[in-house]
Amino acid sequence: MMNLNGEHDRETELPIIAFDKVSKTYSTGTKAITNLSLKINKGEFVFIVGSSGSGKSTLIKLLLKEIEPSEGNIFVNGKELTRLRRSQIPKHRRGIGVVFQDFRLLKDRNVFENVAFAQRVIQEPIRSIKRKVPSILAEVGLSEKMQVLPKQLSGGEQQRVALARALVNNPVILLADEPTGNLDPKNSWEIMNLLEEVNKKGTTVVIVTHNREIVDAMQKRVITMNKGVLISDETKGGYSYEG
Amino acid sequence: MRASSIGYSIKQGIKNIRRNKMFSLASIGTIMACLFLFGVFYFVLANVQYMMKMAETSVGITVFFDEGIGEAKIKDIGTEIKTRKEISSMNYISAEEAWKKFQKEMYKDDKDLTEAFQGDNPLADSASYEIYLNDVSKQDNLVKFIEKIDGVRKVNSSEVTAKGLSSFNILVGYVSATIIIILISVAVFLISTTITMGISVRKDEIAIMKLIGATDFFIRAPFIVEGILIGFLGSLFPLVVLYFIYNKIIAYITVKYKFNVLSNFLTFLDVKDIFATLIPISILMGIGIGFFGSILTVRKHLRV
Repeated sequence: MMNLNGEHDRETELPIIAFDKVSKTYSTGTKAITNLSLKINKGEFVFIVGSSGSGKSTLIKLLLKEIEPSEGNIFVNGKELTRLRRSQIPKHRRGIGVVFQDFRLLKDRNVFENVAFAQRVIQEPIRSIKRKVPSILAEVGLSEKMQVLPKQLSGGEQQRVALARALVNNPVILLADEPTGNLDPKNSWEIMNLLEEVNKKGTTVVIVTHNREIVDAMQKRVITMNKGVLISDETKGGYSYEG
Repeated sequence: MRASSIGYSIKQGIKNIRRNKMFSLASIGTIMACLFLFGVFYFVLANVQYMMKMAETSVGITVFFDEGIGEAKIKDIGTEIKTRKEISSMNYISAEEAWKKFQKEMYKDDKDLTEAFQGDNPLADSASYEIYLNDVSKQDNLVKFIEKIDGVRKVNSSEVTAKGLSSFNILVGYVSATIIIILISVAVFLISTTITMGISVRKDEIAIMKLIGATDFFIRAPFIVEGILIGFLGSLFPLVVLYFIYNKIIAYITVKYKFNVLSNFLTFLDVKDIFATLIPISILMGIGIGFFGSILTVRKHLRV
């Protein structure tokens, strides 16, 4: 829901992601997140910033239900994650597209196969794979490179393949963990522009990043974390963390 | 699961075997050794059992009675013997029938010899019961039981053969079961190691699959296919080898023991009869070993 200024009204809208007093302490005793409460609404574009060890990666793992919170509840797309059965985890993850700093492409398969892989995993019919994969590759500007192996692509192109793979199953949320970490400024902006396009089509985009220039320039919501604690949450924020 | 996903799992399973050649070959080799030995033991067990069956139908117990015993008493003895469960059939051979049979077998067409006895029956006290058992191993108990019956003069039995065949079969059974269990354990362990290697080679791919939302089954299926394929391939080679050596072994044994006392009992199953059972058992065992080895491993290592 938008307010009069065209911004999301965080107080009234039902959030697509909600952390309710969540804490996570690993078995080693490390406290990764302490008493975190935050809400992200459908269609929002959010940056999560903070130094190493601020709990950003733990946040992503919790959202994907790779790990369980020690305390508190997490809600994603209307479902409480702690109540999900093991058999329901794959379906939950299909609603979230993920992009990583190191791309995580399959080195022995070409661009088409890397994106098709995401569709095979959810057992889409071959007919649908043949239709959807070229279409999503066209959206990220890689129509000409469908038969090319990842090692023959630039970093920016590899990240675009990863983005196409994350989007091909139409997720409601796109999580990007340092998507520009391995890219030069030009490629970084290309990826960010693509992510903004994705967001405009209705997908909620959550980006964990260190890229001050991009965060400051895009003027989106910025959540800042330090040592597992949320220290600021600004609607049109900048990269305020100096640690 | 969709047909395309089944095709994908099979393709990936074959890919896994190719990527992990050395371990896959070691696993296939162990299954081959295991099923080859199983085949050899199966030959022995099936043939000994067959020989015992033949012995049971051809070798029976013969019960003779005291001299001058009346027909009524013989009938009573027959009724008492028939109460035993181990008896499959029982025939009464009268003294006249015994004599006629003897004449036929010994003198054949020599009428002079037959006529020399005229009306006398030299086997006047040779009326008997011929008893066939349904289980040779129980012969001993039955003989002891019949010997105690009043009016029984003598019990003839082929004790050595029956006991020998029975105890040999039990020995072969135990030895083969022990060796096969050890070999199956080694084969399962090797398949498990092969699959573990495959999982570690593909750990990045598996991690991506999990993040994208693959189900446990979809992630595990290629590794289970790999195990089943290894088991299946391992079962084929021993069958081919055993098929070609079976007749040669039988021919060798038959020639070697031609004039031996055992030659009467050396009747072997036909290669087609034995393989009609051995082929499905071996293939199922191979697939079973592969399936079991891989399912144990994927359950341990692959959880969403």
